[in-house]
Parts: sequence; structure tokens; C-alpha cells
Amino acid sequence: MTTLTLSKALNEGLRKALEADPKALIMGEDVGKLGGVFRVTDGLQKDFGEARVIDTPLAESGIIGTAIGLALRGYRPICEIQFDGFVFPAFDQIVTQLAKMRYRSLGTVRLPVTIRIPFGGGIGAVEHHSESPEALFAHTPGLRVVSCGGPADAYAMIQQAAACDDPVVFFEPKRRYWDRADVDIEGGLAAALPMESAHVLVPGTDVTMLCYGPMVRTCAETAVAAAADGRSIEVIDLRSLAPLDTETIFASVRKTGRCVVVHEAVVTGGIGAEIAAQVTQECFYNLEAPVLRVGAYTTPYPPSRLEDHYLPDLDRILDAVDRMFSY
Amino acid sequence: MAVKDAGRAARPGQRAGGKRAVAQEPERQADSAELIQLLTPEGERVEHPDYPLDISADEIKALYRDLVIVRRIDFEAIALQRQGELGIWASLLGQEAAQVGAGRALGPRDMAFPTYREHGVAWCRGLDPMKLLELFRGVSHGGWDPTAHNFHLYTIVIGSQALHATGYAMGIQRDGALGEDGEAVIAFFGDGATSQGDVNEAFIWASVTNAPVVFFCQNNQWAISEPLERQSRTPLYLRAKGFGFPGVRVDGNDVLASLAVTRKAMQAAREGQGPTLIEAFTYRMGAHTTTDDPTRYRLSAELEAWKLKDPIERVKQYLIRSEQAEMSFFDEVEAEAAAVGTRVRASCQQMPDPTPDSMFDNVLTTETRQLAAERAEFAAYLDSFVAEEAAR
Repeated sequence: MTTLTLSKALNEGLRKALEADPKALIMGEDVGKLGGVFRVTDGLQKDFGEARVIDTPLAESGIIGTAIGLALRGYRPICEIQFDGFVFPAFDQIVTQLAKMRYRSLGTVRLPVTIRIPFGGGIGAVEHHSESPEALFAHTPGLRVVSCGGPADAYAMIQQAAACDDPVVFFEPKRRYWDRADVDIEGGLAAALPMESAHVLVPGTDVTMLCYGPMVRTCAETAVAAAADGRSIEVIDLRSLAPLDTETIFASVRKTGRCVVVHEAVVTGGIGAEIAAQVTQECFYNLEAPVLRVGAYTTPYPPSRLEDHYLPDLDRILDAVDRMFSY
Repeated sequence: MAVKDAGRAARPGQRAGGKRAVAQEPERQADSAELIQLLTPEGERVEHPDYPLDISADEIKALYRDLVIVRRIDFEAIALQRQGELGIWASLLGQEAAQVGAGRALGPRDMAFPTYREHGVAWCRGLDPMKLLELFRGVSHGGWDPTAHNFHLYTIVIGSQALHATGYAMGIQRDGALGEDGEAVIAFFGDGATSQGDVNEAFIWASVTNAPVVFFCQNNQWAISEPLERQSRTPLYLRAKGFGFPGVRVDGNDVLASLAVTRKAMQAAREGQGPTLIEAFTYRMGAHTTTDDPTRYRLSAELEAWKLKDPIERVKQYLIRSEQAEMSFFDEVEAEAAAVGTRVRASCQQMPDPTPDSMFDNVLTTETRQLAAERAEFAAYLDSFVAEEAAR
């Protein structure tokens, strides 16, 4: 075991992906000499060369569009979108081309393209640098959408995404880039959970708390605080947002009878809304309370001096837990 | 022969339906543009110093055959749409020479990325025309294997494929597949697409990476109802200069010039000299698609002027005058085209709908649990009608 930051764990995972497949490429803005604005690709261009770690022109649609062409030629591009709010110039290529080309071809083409997106707030950034657009991608058939919560998952999941033959949108919790944890970078991935599986991070009996990305740590801390109040929270790191591991979700809710979904994204039309609908349909007779969502209000991301009010935190999540016991 | 483009000269000063916002543009574009031509509209063979073309009578006759057959396929498809057999059709009428010239300039290992009107290129690549009709009938979204004929799927979002072509070309570079016998890519798009960000991004990418890609723009003068001056104040081929690679305007109704210009650009790309923009100056003789009505936005005089530059008639005139073909040859081609047309018609009418269940196929490489559940739910729902029917 080695103690790594989440950023370094991704870096090690990307290194493994480049070593594992000579067709794997990294492409994005400033990913080469600079090593990415968050240093996730630090040192990779030096070790793998400019043909495999490509500093691209500053145009996101071009990054994804050329990645599609490279994938059609047999390559396995791992693209970096520098910040969440900058993915939208590429949205057309992702939604109309990347997500649909296999379907369009009746399965004759494969598009193993990974799109890494640092997402979420909490770092005091300017506008367009703190967003959580994951629901837009999870809503699009033909994409896999995942998010890692900590260094160990970051290391394993980025390799799984790179090895996947489908397009994967990979959301990285940017405010957790500096979180540290033990990561096994010696052993292989045989023991790692499949990418589409959720993970029961903290077992519990009273409430099922579903989260992903930056909220995983927040929810784990909430579970500790709730335990002091005598409430046992089961924290599940969803990891995969499309598809959802509904088997794990439903099994937990059938046990606890209460479900709260926590994400930084706006609640309206979000992942939490989708889960609430499915849980209500499949676990209706087990529910002691409505499924609640804790997330951002339905406003654009506010100036950073307000983000502590905007983002879900331990107290807001505990408040939702309390409300669930009032039914 | 380099001739001043006369394509716009016949254009009336006043457009159908009212004033022109930018009155000077068409003339200015025409004045500054050179047009590569090897066969005049009258069927006279002319030389161009930069594009020598050593071509046999048999090869020209083969091009003629292609032109006639693809026009026939197009004709049948329009009729099939009118008869309700196709949902829509995007006609290539008038653009046969640009497409056949470019299509026949490609080697078997070159890769083509079409838009949705490249039926002539599809023919040259060996794709069964029925695959095109499947798309326009609504039986599939294309569904052919792009690697079978090195002809990618049709792309309907305007300009997206220019980036795919460029990325594919970057792959050729990484595969070390450049050289005299190497590979190159061609991206097709129209004049309207040159306004798209993706096309401009593709130009940048191709330029800075020196990718082996040829951008083949069929300037058919109209993006549905919008004339070229709504897209550009400069001749399109001149745009290449600003991106740092050569651009050339070819008479897109001249199959020999389209062939020679594309061949040269593809070879340059294969040999590592990077991209070229080819503007094939042509005209969309028909509607944008079968749902369009061009009489609402353009004058018939313009159409009449372009009829005199027909891409097929000039080849026929040349073959006759130069005594390279007997009249029986033209009869044979006509008969062959009619046979293709008959086959297209019959195959289209007999084309079955896909099974309802197939809409769940090929979303991802492995089916998710959710999709499997939806597939099962849908099947049970359909079965419920059968059960209900049986109970009656």
C-alpha cells in the first residue's frame, strides 16, 4: 500500500493504462509539459512521448471529435476536459456522435473514449469552474457515467474506464484531489469492484444515504455524526451514475426503509430525482418516509463567497435525516 | 485551364423574394476565384499545368458509367420518396461529377467520411445503395460497417465528421502509415458546413498536426434556403490559407478535374504534406431534400444557367467528339443504369421493417441491467396484445 492523493492516484492509474495498451492516448489542454492544471497527467508526456500524451488546441469539440476519429482508427483516447463548465463546446460531439455512433452502426464500431472531467465546487473558483453537469450525460443513452470518491477508486476506476469499449464520462471530484488514502498500486485490478457497481462504504440500518464524487467524504462524516445521535446510516458510494447499480440501492432501502440522495448538482431533474423515482417504484412498501434529496438549489452556481451556503454539507444532510424521521 | 469562374455571371441581380442584403458579394467572389477545369461544359478537353491527367478512354467511360448510374439511383430514390417508400431523400442531382471524381481518386485503404448526400461517393466505395435507402426509409440509422468499404457512416449533424476524419488521420500518422503507398482520409461537407465550429476546428487540428486529410467541400451554392453569401464573404477555398494549408477551387461539374485535383491532394496527404481544402464549385439542381421547396427562395433562371454545365452531358459530348465511344456504349450504360434502378426500386419496396425488439440493440457493447429490464418489459407489453387477441 502506498499513500496517495486522489490526483496522484489518477496519475498512477493513467500511467498503468498507457502501459497496458499501446493504443491508449491522453489528449487535452495543457496535459503535456504542464501535466494538467491539477497535475493529474504530470510526467506522463515525458515518459510516453508527445504522440501519446497530446497537448491539443484549445477547442473542446475538437478534442472529442478527433478522439472519435482516433477511436475509429483503433486508438483508445483518454480526453481531459479542463473544467466541468468547459465541456459544453464538446457537448454536441459527445451527445450526437460519441453516444450514438455504435447504435447508428448497428454495433459495427466501438468507441473506447474516456472523458475525464474535474467537477464540483468548494475550491473558491470563478464562474464555470465549479459545476456538476453529470445528469446531462446520465440522461444520454450510449454513455457510461462514473465518478470516483477517493484515491483507491480513482486509481482502479480510471483504468477500468480506459479499458472499457464504450464511451465513459469520468467525473473527478476536484475539491478532493488533495485527499490522501492508501492505494495498492502493486497488485492488479482483479480484486477491484466492477466499474458499474456501487459500494457500501459504511454499513447501517436506519437510513440509506446515496452519494458520489465529492459528497462521499461528506456523507461518511455525516454518518459518524449521526451515530452520535444514535442513528445508523448506511452510506453507499454509487460510483456509477449510468447505469445505476439499482440492485445494491434497492437492497439497502428495503432494509432501512429510508433513502436520501446527496449530490452537489442541482436537485431539479438530477440523479437524485431519478433515484427517488426508481426507489419509490421498486421499494414502495418498504418506505417509512419519502425519498429526500440534498443538493444544490435550482440556481446557477453562485459566486464563490456563497458556495458554502449553496453546497450540501454535514448539517444540511443531517437536517434531511432528521426530517425523514418525522414521518 | 484556369478560367475565371463564370458560374455566378448568369445569376440574376435580384433574388426571388426581394432584396439582397449584401449586393456585391457574389460578383466579388467570382471575380477573385480561379476554377480548375479539364473538361469544359461543351465537352472540350483542356489542360492545366498543375493537374496533368493521363487517363484512358476506358477510364473516362467508367467515370461516365458511374455518373449515369448514381444519377439513376438518385432519380429512383426521389420517386420512391414521392410514393411513400422513403421518409425523405437528399438528392445529389448536379453534384455527380464532384462525388464520382473525388470517390474514384481514393485508394482502397483511404478512408472517407461523408455527410448525408454522398451517394456518388458511396457508389464508388462499393457500398450497396440499399444501405442508403435503409437510412432514408427509417429502417436503420445507416448500419453499415465503415471498415467494409472504408466509407464511414453518414453524418447528419452538419460538419461533425470533419473532426472524425481529422482524428482518424492522426491515427494514420501514429500507425506510421504515411508514404508514397500510404493512407489518407477525405472529409466531405458542404458550403453551409464551413460556418460550423467543428469544420473550423478540424482545419486547425489538421493544420497544426499536419494530418493526412483532404477536406472536400461541395459548394453547391445553397444551404437549404441560404445562399453562399450568408456563409462567407470570401471564396471558400481561400479560407485554407488562413489556417496554413493550401486551398483550391475545382469545377465540381467536371469529373476529370475533380478526379485530378482530389488525386493530387490525397497523394500529398499520404506523403506527409498535410491537409488540402478542395472547394468543388457545383450546384444543387434539386431541392435540399424532398421536403424542401426551392421555388420559395431561388429563381429558375439560375437553375437554367447551371443546366448548361451538366456534369454528365459534357463527358458524353467529349466521348462522342473524340470518337472514344460508340453510341452503343451509351445505350449499354443506360440499360445498366435502368437495371440498377429497377433493383433499387424492387429492393426498397420489399425491405422489411426491423423487429421492434431491435431498438434495444447496440446501445453499449454490453447490455445494462436497466436496458435488459426495459427490453423484457416491452416484450411482455407486446405479448399482452397477443394474449388479448387469443382470448377473443
